[in-house]
Amino acid sequence: MRVDLDIIQSWIRPGTRVLDLGCGDGELLHYLARHRGVEGLGLEIDHDNITACLEAGVNVIEKNIDDGLATLRSASFDVVIMTQALQVMHRPDQIIDEMLRIGKECIITFPNFGHWRARSYLAFRGKMPVSKFLPYTWYNTPNIHFCTFKDFERLCVERNIHILDRTVVDNEHRDRWWLRLWPNMLGEIAIYRITR
Amino acid sequence: MPIAIPADSVGLVQPQQLHFDQPLDLACGRRLDNYNLTIETYGTLNADRSNAILICHALSGNHHLAGYHSMDDRKPGWWDSAIGPGKVIDTGRYFVVGLNNLGGCHGSTGPNQINPDTHKPYGPDFPIVTVPDWVESQARLADRLGISQWAAVIGGSLGGMQALQWAIDFPQRLRHCIIIAAAAKLSAQNIAFNEVARQAITRDPQFYDGHYYAENAIPKTGLMLARMVGHITYLSDDGMREKFGRDINSGQLSFGLGPQFQIESYLQYQGERFSTAFDANTYLLMTKALDYFDPAADYGDSLSEAVSGTQCTFKVISFTTDWRFSPERSREIVDALIDARKPVSYAEIDSPQGHDAFLIPIPRYMEVFGACMQQVAAELPPVPESR
Repeated sequence: MRVDLDIIQSWIRPGTRVLDLGCGDGELLHYLARHRGVEGLGLEIDHDNITACLEAGVNVIEKNIDDGLATLRSASFDVVIMTQALQVMHRPDQIIDEMLRIGKECIITFPNFGHWRARSYLAFRGKMPVSKFLPYTWYNTPNIHFCTFKDFERLCVERNIHILDRTVVDNEHRDRWWLRLWPNMLGEIAIYRITR
Repeated sequence: MPIAIPADSVGLVQPQQLHFDQPLDLACGRRLDNYNLTIETYGTLNADRSNAILICHALSGNHHLAGYHSMDDRKPGWWDSAIGPGKVIDTGRYFVVGLNNLGGCHGSTGPNQINPDTHKPYGPDFPIVTVPDWVESQARLADRLGISQWAAVIGGSLGGMQALQWAIDFPQRLRHCIIIAAAAKLSAQNIAFNEVARQAITRDPQFYDGHYYAENAIPKTGLMLARMVGHITYLSDDGMREKFGRDINSGQLSFGLGPQFQIESYLQYQGERFSTAFDANTYLLMTKALDYFDPAADYGDSLSEAVSGTQCTFKVISFTTDWRFSPERSREIVDALIDARKPVSYAEIDSPQGHDAFLIPIPRYMEVFGACMQQVAAELPPVPESR
């Protein structure tokens, strides 16, 4: 399994109800259903991913998350997950609020723009960072709202969001001990578990 | 007429008529003491009777889902694009059942059939039938065929409404429910269009208050107008523009009141053909069944309450340019199911064909439909190898 999903699945208790925003091909939900008796629902917009979810027997709803989640009842899910999609949202703050309304707990992962490679690319090349991990050009990218560990934690303070867990990983989602020394500089991907 | 029947067709098929003696109490308060249902089946029922699929038809549909009745048939059954060996509803794997609903005009007991009490056609005396009435009769059909649980109940438009009703009324008798291009109830606009169709038919001088059989007449104009209006609601604005645009029939406008544009001729042709192939009283009944469908009404208008007892999985599919039953209507069903914590998936297919799209083998639609059916297939015992 994708390593970030492996970290996340360990945070999810068996028999719970999980909503995955931008669930991709349903790999996580499929695993959770099979091995932890989780009742899952995924939202996804990519056609191929939706087909893959259907083939895997994962409940998937074709939906543009930017249109809002108002039809979902408050506290109707135990966990709401969003992996690697926060930076794609038009209003990440509103989405986080909605996630915390709908779920008792949320798990959010995102690329850390404060990573030393991104900083040095911008500082020394004077251009928006492009890498194997963030391969898009500045004018043609779904990633419109990057943030750093620090940005996210500041938002949590401002919005009264309680951070239950934080994991710092590299771009292959490996959890290396030295990343924890300076997450904002050394961590490529942030994984947070939060609640209100 | 097919020159040669395509390899992926169910081929030549014949309907059967089954008689039912057990009285059926209808929602309107009347009772059908006995009745006939015309059905057509494809494929083979497996040993543990776990591979049966029920297909519910829409307003102008019937039991003839796929294949041909004879080599003279102009076209195959109405869902031949989806039903057949190797198609999304694979008759090599499933036992597929189609029926003509009560009140229909293709052999089941309905206005054009003889009332055994009067020895004359039921005509307008045939009772109003509702979607729940149909589902009850379909459950008895399942009993007759020895099917205690459908692998899936599938329908588009009014057929999708029947599928939803199945899930609500007989939670244990189906494992999967596939609802395509449908709605949880009709809107005022939907009812308005149905009413125009009904007025066209009932005000036709050849209607004779529904007793046209005795007069050897048919309210042809009324049926034609009803079909024309219906047709407009089944197509999308973009679709009509693309298919017909302002194309004119011959060279130039002739400043006459007759049809000038291709869309006019097309609608007249469709209406003309329909008027001789469909029964007017049946048309009225079908639109009434549509108008009356509202499962949430029994649950304080809460659809999530209405579906709270369901035990099957749900797949809901809509089409972007369908303005008869728009994607918004399908999303209402999906939202209620999510609220009720039921297993549901939903896809919205991009297509220019309007409401008609559910009958058309659009590539992404077939891909999504096929993926939904994989879940159904996964539960079946393996097909024994043929000797």
